[in-house]
Amino acid sequence: MGRIYADIHRKIGEFELNVLIDSDAKRIGILGASGSGKSMTLRSIAGIEDVDSGHIEINGRVLYDSDSGVNLRPQKRNVGYMFQNYALFPTMTVMQNVMAGLRGSREENMNKAGEMLARFGMKGFEKRLPGELSGGQQQRVALARIMVTEPEMILLDEPFSALDGYLRDHMQVEMMDMLQDYPGQVVMVSHSRDELYRFSEDLFVVREGSILRHGDTRSVFRDPRRIEVAKLTGCKNFSDARVIDPHTVHAITWGIDLHFEKEITEDIRHLGYRAHYFEPVWGERQENCIRFDLAREDILPFERNYYIYPETARDGQEAADVGYDELLCWFVQGEEQRVLEERGMPDYIKMKEEHILLLE
Amino acid sequence: MELAGRLDWSPLWISLKTGVVATIISFFLGLWAARKVIKKDYRTKSILDGILTLPMVLPPTVAGFFLLLIFSRRRAFGIFLNDTFDIQVVHTWLGCIIAATVIAFPLMYRNARAAFEQIDANLVYAGRTLGMSELAIFWKIVVPTAGPGIASGTILTFARAMGEYGATSMLAGNIPGKTGTVSQRIAMVIQDGDYVTAGFWVIVVLVIAFIAIFLINIITGRHMKNVRKW
Repeated sequence: MGRIYADIHRKIGEFELNVLIDSDAKRIGILGASGSGKSMTLRSIAGIEDVDSGHIEINGRVLYDSDSGVNLRPQKRNVGYMFQNYALFPTMTVMQNVMAGLRGSREENMNKAGEMLARFGMKGFEKRLPGELSGGQQQRVALARIMVTEPEMILLDEPFSALDGYLRDHMQVEMMDMLQDYPGQVVMVSHSRDELYRFSEDLFVVREGSILRHGDTRSVFRDPRRIEVAKLTGCKNFSDARVIDPHTVHAITWGIDLHFEKEITEDIRHLGYRAHYFEPVWGERQENCIRFDLAREDILPFERNYYIYPETARDGQEAADVGYDELLCWFVQGEEQRVLEERGMPDYIKMKEEHILLLE
Repeated sequence: MELAGRLDWSPLWISLKTGVVATIISFFLGLWAARKVIKKDYRTKSILDGILTLPMVLPPTVAGFFLLLIFSRRRAFGIFLNDTFDIQVVHTWLGCIIAATVIAFPLMYRNARAAFEQIDANLVYAGRTLGMSELAIFWKIVVPTAGPGIASGTILTFARAMGEYGATSMLAGNIPGKTGTVSQRIAMVIQDGDYVTAGFWVIVVLVIAFIAIFLINIITGRHMKNVRKW
C-alpha cells in the first residue's frame, strides 16, 4: 500500500504555499479554485517546480528534503505527471510519444508501447501525430505514455478541463477504468467538486496556498466545517449565524431562527444549506421554514432554479437591491419538479436539520 | 556563352563553402547560446542578448575592425595562434569563415531563441517526468518543435554568411582563388566597369539564394504541418 507525505513550503512574491499532503489512500483529490496553489503542489511533488523547504516522500523513498539537501531530479522521481494540456510531443507520432520515456531496446519498447496503446483502445493510431487526435484520444495517449514507464505514483493536473461536455463526463468514467489496475497512488487536482467526489477517497481542500480541510471525501462534503470549504464543495446558500441557545441558531442573513434537536456548539458563525435539499411546504408554517417569496426563476433543461428573498428583505424590494448572493437558491429536479407543477408553488420551503451545514 | 567559358568560377565555390561552414558553426553555436540564454534571469539575459546580437547591428566594417584587432599577426592572440598552432586568420579562407560566422551568427541565435521561447514549457517538464535526459529532451523535443523557427534562422544565416562583404574584405581580403568571394568579385568587377560579369554573378547569387530558401522550406514543410494556422 502506498503512502505519500509531502510537506511543501514555497514563497513567490505575495503568494505563499504551505501544504501538507499526508495520505495512504489510493485515490487522492486536491480541490481548489484557480490560483489556490493546488497545481503548484502537484508540480512540486513531481520536481518540476522549485520548493523552498519541506520534505517529500513516497512509499518511504525520499524525493526531497531541505534539511539533508536531498532534491531528486524529476527524471529520478519516477512520478507520472499528466498535464492539463497533455503535453504530447507535437512532432512525434503517437507511438514515438509513448516510447519516449522507455529505455530498453527499440523492439522491446515498441512491444511495450504497442501493448499499452492497445489496452487504451488506441490501436491503429500509432502513426498519427497528436494534432490529428481528438481531446479524448490525446488524453488516452498521455496516460499510456505515463503508464508504460510504470511510475510509482501518478499525478493528474486538471485532467478534464481541456475537454467539454459529453466527452468530459465520458473520460471521467474512462479514466477510472484505465486506472483500475494501477497499483500505486493517484493524486488528482481539480476545481471541479463533481470530478473529485467521483474520483477521490481522500480529499484535501486548498485555498490561498493552505489546506483548509482534509478528510475522507464524503465526510468533507457532508461536514465541510468551514464556509470556504462549503463553497468549494458547491454549497450555494450561506447565512451569518448567532447561536441563541444550544438548540437555536438565528440565521442573520436569512432572517429566521432555526431549531436543532442536537446540541449546537458556541463557535458556529455561519450556516450553509445546499440548494437541492429544500423541501416544499404548503399551508401552515413549520419549523425551520423560510417564506417562499420568489425573486427570480431560471429554467434549465433538467432543473428549475428558484431564487428566493430572505426574510430580512422588505416587501416589494427588488432582487438587485437585496443582492443576488443573499437570495436563497432552491434547485428542483425530476419528481419534485413534477409535484410542483401539479400542486403549484409552495408557501414555505423547509430546511432539514441533518442537511444544515454548521460552519465556523 | 562566351563569358561562361573564360569565367573564373572560384568565387562561387569559395562563397558556397564559406556559407555552408559558417552556417554549420552558427547553427550549433546559435542553438547552444539560445539554450543558455533563456535559462538566465531577465537581467543577465538582456546583457548576454545584447552582446550576442551586437555583430548584427554593428556595421560589418566595425566588426571587421575588431576581428583584425584580435587576429592580426602583430597582436597577442594572432601571434599566439600562429606560433602555437600555426593558424593564420588574416588573408586566409579561415578568415572568410570567421568573418561570415561572426556576422551571421546573431541571426541563428535570435531565431533559435525566439523559437525556444515559444515552446510550451510543459513539453520539457513532460520529458523530465518521463525520465528523458536533458540532451534527449533538447534534441528530440525542443529542436523539432522549434523546427520552423530554427529552419528560418538557418536560411537567413546561410544567406547572410554567403553574401558577407564588409568584415570579410577587411579580415580575409580579396585574394582570387583563396578568399575572393562572389560579393567581393562583384564589387571588384564593377570598379573595373565590367557590368556584364557583375550582372552574371548577381544572377548566380539570386539563383542560389532562391534555391536555398526553397530547399529548406521543403524540408521544414513536414514540420510546418503541425503549426497551427491563424
